Amino acid sequence: MDEKRADAFFHALSDGTRRDILRRVLAGEHSVTALAEHYPMSFAAVQKHVAVLERAGLVTKRRSGRESLASGDVEAVRTVASLLREFEDVWRGRVAGIDSLLAHETPADTTSTD
Amino acid sequence: MPLTDVTTDIDNRTLTMTCDFPVTPERLWQVWADPRQLEKWWGPESHPARVTEHDLTPGGLVKYHMTGPDGEIYPGGWEVIAVDPPHRLEARDFFADADGNPVDTAPQSRMLIEITATEGGSRMVNTSTWESAEDMQNVLDMGVVEGSSSAIGQLDALLAA
Repeated sequence: MDEKRADAFFHALSDGTRRDILRRVLAGEHSVTALAEHYPMSFAAVQKHVAVLERAGLVTKRRSGRESLASGDVEAVRTVASLLREFEDVWRGRVAGIDSLLAHETPADTTSTD
Repeated sequence: MPLTDVTTDIDNRTLTMTCDFPVTPERLWQVWADPRQLEKWWGPESHPARVTEHDLTPGGLVKYHMTGPDGEIYPGGWEVIAVDPPHRLEARDFFADADGNPVDTAPQSRMLIEITATEGGSRMVNTSTWESAEDMQNVLDMGVVEGSSSAIGQLDALLAA
């Protein structure tokens, strides 16, 4: 993967406020104004956090009238990817188990029909 | 190595694994159809499985539990959707409670096993699919996002996929 993208991604997730923002926008689209109400910092500071998440590709933004709306969908995809990876590891173990079971039996056990 | 291909389809929440074995489809089917053989490979080595119910007919249940190194029990099971020996098995794979009944709130997957004869033996294609977007959401709710900064090592591969 692109090193710059990796840096942006890990940098974005290294901050607790940004992880909190990400959780909120993963649950649904939020305006930056609404997000700012949750944190003891200026609107501009929250806006900057959202921008960091956006640059990392974790959050997408769109404009609706005067509002800027943020939503996070990319992480959901990554989450699924990591789940599929765990699933894959489980199945790799099972396939190895089948292989070992089949290899350890005596050839006379098998019925050869072909 | 029996495993010849692994394909991950994130959009469709599907994992497809292709494996080749030097035995007939009938013999390969036995590792699914015989509960004593099934329990020899279903659980990880550290978590051996014990199959307590095994009914490979549509609507039938296969129930098992795995035992961890510390003695903890992990019950699970399948609900058979379709079966056509020795070529096809489709089932809903679920987590179970202590009584062996499906836990509806846990994420579920569907597995499809297809076995065909090849020149050198048999090919088994296993397609596993997470059932729904709700299942994905359940997993998000389990705090996966919070854990992601500690799972940084895995992310390179994910982003490259």
